[in-house]
Amino acid sequence: MDNLSRPTAAEDVFSAAQPTNISRRRFLLASAGTAAGAFVLGFGFPMGDARAQPAAAAPARATKVPAFLEIRPDNTIRLQSPFIEGGQGIFTAMAQIVGEELDADPATFVVENAPPGSDYIAMDSGRRITGGSSSVRFGYANMRRLGALGRAMLLQAAANRLDIPATELDTQPGRVVHVASGRSITYGELAADAMDLPVPDPGGVKLRDPATFRWIGKPVDRLDVHDKSTGKAIYTIDTHVDGMLHAAVQHAPRLGMTVGALRNEDQVKAMKGVHSVHRLPGAVAVVAERWWNAKRAAEALQVDWREAAADSTLRVMPADFSTVAFQERLASETGDGVDAENKGNVPDALKNAKTVVSATYHSQYVRHAQLEPPSALARFNADGTLDVWLPNQAPDLFLADIAKQTGLDPKRITIHSPLLGGFFGRHFLYNAACPYPQAIQLAKETGRPIKLIWSREEEFLRDVARPMAAVRFRGGLDANGMPVALEAISATEGPSEGIANKRAEKYDPAAVEGLAGKAYAIPNRRIAQLYVKTPMMLGYWRSVGNSMNDFFYETFLDELADKGGQDPYALRMHLLEGNPRLTKLLQAVGEMSGGWKRGPFTAEDGTRRARGIAMASPFGSQAAAIAEVSIKDGQVVVHDIWEAIDPGSIVNPAIVNAQVSGAVALGLSQVLLEEAVYEHGQPVARNYDLYPILPPGRMARVHVRVVESGEKMGGIGEPPLPAIPPAVANAVSTLTGQRVRSMPLSKYTFKV
Amino acid sequence: MELQINGETHQIQSDADTPLLWVIRDELGMTGTKYGCGLAQCGACTVIVDGVAMRSCVTPIDGMAGKQITTIEAIEGDGVGKRVVAAWIKHQVPQCGYCQSGQVMAATALLKQVQHPTDDEIAAAMINLCRCGTYNAINAAVHELAGDTAGAVKGA
Repeated sequence: MDNLSRPTAAEDVFSAAQPTNISRRRFLLASAGTAAGAFVLGFGFPMGDARAQPAAAAPARATKVPAFLEIRPDNTIRLQSPFIEGGQGIFTAMAQIVGEELDADPATFVVENAPPGSDYIAMDSGRRITGGSSSVRFGYANMRRLGALGRAMLLQAAANRLDIPATELDTQPGRVVHVASGRSITYGELAADAMDLPVPDPGGVKLRDPATFRWIGKPVDRLDVHDKSTGKAIYTIDTHVDGMLHAAVQHAPRLGMTVGALRNEDQVKAMKGVHSVHRLPGAVAVVAERWWNAKRAAEALQVDWREAAADSTLRVMPADFSTVAFQERLASETGDGVDAENKGNVPDALKNAKTVVSATYHSQYVRHAQLEPPSALARFNADGTLDVWLPNQAPDLFLADIAKQTGLDPKRITIHSPLLGGFFGRHFLYNAACPYPQAIQLAKETGRPIKLIWSREEEFLRDVARPMAAVRFRGGLDANGMPVALEAISATEGPSEGIANKRAEKYDPAAVEGLAGKAYAIPNRRIAQLYVKTPMMLGYWRSVGNSMNDFFYETFLDELADKGGQDPYALRMHLLEGNPRLTKLLQAVGEMSGGWKRGPFTAEDGTRRARGIAMASPFGSQAAAIAEVSIKDGQVVVHDIWEAIDPGSIVNPAIVNAQVSGAVALGLSQVLLEEAVYEHGQPVARNYDLYPILPPGRMARVHVRVVESGEKMGGIGEPPLPAIPPAVANAVSTLTGQRVRSMPLSKYTFKV
Repeated sequence: MELQINGETHQIQSDADTPLLWVIRDELGMTGTKYGCGLAQCGACTVIVDGVAMRSCVTPIDGMAGKQITTIEAIEGDGVGKRVVAAWIKHQVPQCGYCQSGQVMAATALLKQVQHPTDDEIAAAMINLCRCGTYNAINAAVHELAGDTAGAVKGA
């Protein structure tokens, strides 16, 4: 995810302010939504605080304690999270990390998504996104330090109040204590004074000894489970403001087309509840008192769609585009591509190989299919300011875009980021795939607050797709059947290229991750991207390039193993010799499954079964998975998934476990069922009926082992996914004797 | 017309062919019941009507007069519902949470009809989609509730 555009420093909209204790100024109280009397801490510290650092050093991130923490009189703690919660449990993890160092029980935290602004950039990269499985691994150190800085300020405030040196004071969860006298003061009582103090030098603050952690590393309960089990959690689609009208849209059937005549505009305007009919770029909209009326009216509009203008800046979808034809084109595209990895001498090694194996593998376009359809609420206020509620994984990027589109000063725009009803990469800034520009235009045209919801059908028309690729492999085996050379040329357009609508200078790293950089000791290897532009709108999908590339590589590796007469588990172990971390992981997954047993074998229930193995190294973590499958009525049944994962170290084992299980489900969904098919430039499926996602009846039992090697912390939201599709496909190949070179498996009818 | 929702009578202005989901969400402002597909595919909109789980996104209100409708907002006011929510918390089921109102309603409806459902009955009733893949946690919670004769899962 390296090519995400991001605001430059000049676009950062909140310049650093002087230290401010907002409770004294009664500033922002209303918009912060806090109870009267609660004390709200404002933007804190001048950037000049970094002056002690060498001039060239990056600023210490997430140090403005008062911007992040509001400690209320009742000792509850409101934390502004730099990362958005969309199911991955990050709000709870942030409460654990900050609470550990602040010395406050995570259960006392109320966490919400922070507004845009440079204060809330917590990653040293200087960007603020929730994606790439980044939040914990790149936010951990700075958010720990933030908690420690807050604790130091509370200690100093208590020292000032008690007239005792801070060194004689200590903390217990939620309070400062003076052990010698037995006196103590709660954080809530100290907060107003504490947050007026200067933030201590970030370089000098003392952190807890990890051996004494109470909450980090423990299966702390999620903070959001009760609300989410009782319908109280609020997503963008649930937002409401006074005077609001509802809107629905009908998009052009193909991107790039424009609105011509509306043949029945008068009739639609006369439909019950309809307020107005609007022409938008590439869409028509109906505003109504209720969304159901708006939706029915929008669907009833008869629009003469015009073909895209020759100078359209959009990715124009041609009328003859078909995914079947495009897949054939990718597979037949000639050329060697641009090297992403080149080691040894592949041409010579292939020439000298005992056996050369050639095969072409395919992936499919897939949908995000998050359960919450996209929506946005826009309100222009009487003073000309604009409020927008919208699902997003990067508030600063969206703010910058809205400022650009509206011409408003960013300071006059307030972005609200409610919980995400699933995201999986759906809520980045994707041109033409986000409803907020439409909501803003409709709010402007009607003079009323507008909540626009895309129906599921409109979402499946405009969602960005995970790329499709055709990968031409050549593998060379020596006389012992061991791989000595591997070449993979992936004909594809990468997701970052698709979003930028521009070919990468060399190659898109997101197009080749999972093919390039594999750990196996194959001495001669060449991985390349052969750029082929697609008219599809592309985006990031959970585990991005790895979501398909590990499928390609790990299934082809099994093909090589079979050609060379090698057991696929033993071959991997051999190719990982001298790599203790991955050897241990491969051993772990073997042990978990009761010892590697490839099959086919007959299970206790009489079904014939087999197992497949696959590994992946996505987003800084390492994963190994074994799948056990059988065939029923020609279709694949996945009984068990064993997955060992090494993210270095973790914050919450229960949430990690849940993330692995969820990623397994999405991996199964992709390999078993999913494919976005286009004919005549349009998606065949516009809802879950024709685009099935994994139902509960096809979920596998999932067995997870987290290996904490202590290596550099890796991600956890995405890394468990990529090994699943190839583990399943390899098991199916073993069971059926039929090579599986494409997904989804529902396209095949298997025999045992 | 009038609708009985969560023990209260509501005067409804929406047209008779409006799906119950949108009356609940837009006219009555109760947003716990979710829109996911509008096609009775995903189950995010599940409510309980006279004790039976129903997909409110495809249920016009004109057939709903005189029926007792329960939404997620009233779930903890129901003895079975309260136990289901407690099991959801114990098993830490939700991730994004968007489908979970419907999942909790489906489980509650099942357990109100059959106190100790079999595995097959559970599989037949718990068919709502979850994109986060919380199926195994849901399964563990419902199976525990199904065998929960002594109230092993206490109210939260």
